[in-house]
Amino acid sequence: MEQTTKCEMLLTVNGEQHSVIARPADTLLFVLRTILGLTGAKPGCLNGDCGACTVLVNDVPIKSCMILAIETVEKKITTIEGLKHTPIQQAFVEHFAFQCGYCTPGFIMNAHALTKKHPLASDEIIQEWLQSNICRCTSYKEIEEAVKTVLANNSASLNDNHF
Amino acid sequence: MVPFDFTYHQPSSIQEAIQLFQTLQQQGKKTMYYAGGTEIITLSRLNLVFTEAVIDIKGIPECRTLRFDKNYLVLGAALSLTTIEEANVFPLLSKAASEVADRTARNQITLGGNICGQIFYREAVLPLLLTDSDVIIAGKDGLKQLPIQQIFQKQMRLHPGEFLVQIMTEQTYLSLPYRSIKKRKQWEVGYPLVTVAALKTNEQIRVAFSGVCPFPFRSQTVEERLNDRQLPLESRINEALHHLPRPILDDIEGSAEYRLFVLKHTLFDIITELEGE
Ligand SMILES: Cc1cc2nc3c(=O)[nH]c(=O)nc-3n(C[C@H](O)[C@H](O)[C@H](O)COP(=O)(O)OP(=O)(O)OC[C@H]3O[C@@H](n4cnc5c(N)ncnc54)[C@H](O)[C@@H]3O)c2cc1C
Ligand code: FES
Ligand code: FES
Repeated sequence: MEQTTKCEMLLTVNGEQHSVIARPADTLLFVLRTILGLTGAKPGCLNGDCGACTVLVNDVPIKSCMILAIETVEKKITTIEGLKHTPIQQAFVEHFAFQCGYCTPGFIMNAHALTKKHPLASDEIIQEWLQSNICRCTSYKEIEEAVKTVLANNSASLNDNHF
Repeated sequence: MVPFDFTYHQPSSIQEAIQLFQTLQQQGKKTMYYAGGTEIITLSRLNLVFTEAVIDIKGIPECRTLRFDKNYLVLGAALSLTTIEEANVFPLLSKAASEVADRTARNQITLGGNICGQIFYREAVLPLLLTDSDVIIAGKDGLKQLPIQQIFQKQMRLHPGEFLVQIMTEQTYLSLPYRSIKKRKQWEVGYPLVTVAALKTNEQIRVAFSGVCPFPFRSQTVEERLNDRQLPLESRINEALHHLPRPILDDIEGSAEYRLFVLKHTLFDIITELEGE
């Protein structure tokens, strides 16, 4: 089927279905922010470098400035607006893991996916994943501490379940 | 934001993709195959790419395969670098792939996209050059299998309408001793200052490079010099550097002189270690 200038796309964002009229050339970031009004994912570099635009597509972190909205039809999109009271959000608050907050939604989405996929992630894995995001206010240490707190709690609850 | 419109097509078979390309071309539309899309989207924004139609190959099962077939490992061109890294069936490729961009970007960047793209580092091709892998190319006359060395000369030499479907690597290569070292100007993420991948087979060391010249390469002359064990290692490396293709990159990542300095030391470390194994 040929998609002309604008077309209808059915997107599933944070568990809700949205019928969207957009160009096939529109990025997911643009559609989320400008058409759906979900401004949590931030435009930073628009070049795949900073990670401020990170969202989850089928639970995998993706830089939404580098994917077309039309590619995500029939997939499950999760943005920061879709996370409620998660351990990583709580840990960011407790560890003051931000200053201006611009990078925070992207970091949280990435870190949330990390703690789900690797509940007992090694330092190496944490480093590999967190390198995808840039914090201009350099809150890196606090962000790492927040992630490690969630992982330590995962580990403690796994141990509890063993006994 | 992509500053122009294109139509988006999602074929589910190789045949359909090839036919779509022909039809769109006949309609006079500039058409591109689309995999991870990261380069097409980011370079479009900078007006370095223009297309009127994209054909997304991620829905083609052959492009997503990851399996062993007889004596070969078969990797689909549309596999993401993360998938390849995590499957870890080809440790040298996993290592080289894991150094490209960053983890989130690698969830999207594909093996075929890295090799066929215009951003000239194409680091994932190094292990394929070292293992004399074959590529499966689809075109209007069907599928063809070619040695990668034949079709990858500085870049993939595909005819209009052709696309890379799979890469086939002989299993015997997968367990050989290897090294892959990426040196950056700064930080742990970013384009290479130099990347060197090496494989030891039959007491010979094969070496391939990215970030040294504005194209990745493997050179027979360079390998002959490096393996000339009558000379001390330092002389072998100096000889090899003499025979590098030109030009040596001289840009914001590093001057040509600095790149050669770093390359020399990187080669020294790699060869010392591999010869000791
Ligand atoms: C943030 C970022 C960081 C990067 N860092 C690195 C790095 O450190 N090292 C490195 O080597 N590269 C790096 N790159 C370059 C990246 O690997 C290439 O841009 C690659 O093309 C992206 O793959 P893709 O699947 O997204 O390609 P796409 O954007 O889908 O396609 C890129 C080009 O390749 C063509 N193409 C894609 N697949 C095929 C196929 N199967 N057959 C024929 N043609 C095809 C397309 O037509 C297009 O011309 C980086 C890119 C980005 C965006
Ligand atoms: S805005 Fe997407 S990576 Fe920077
Ligand atoms: S808190 Fe300001 S950019 Fe990270």
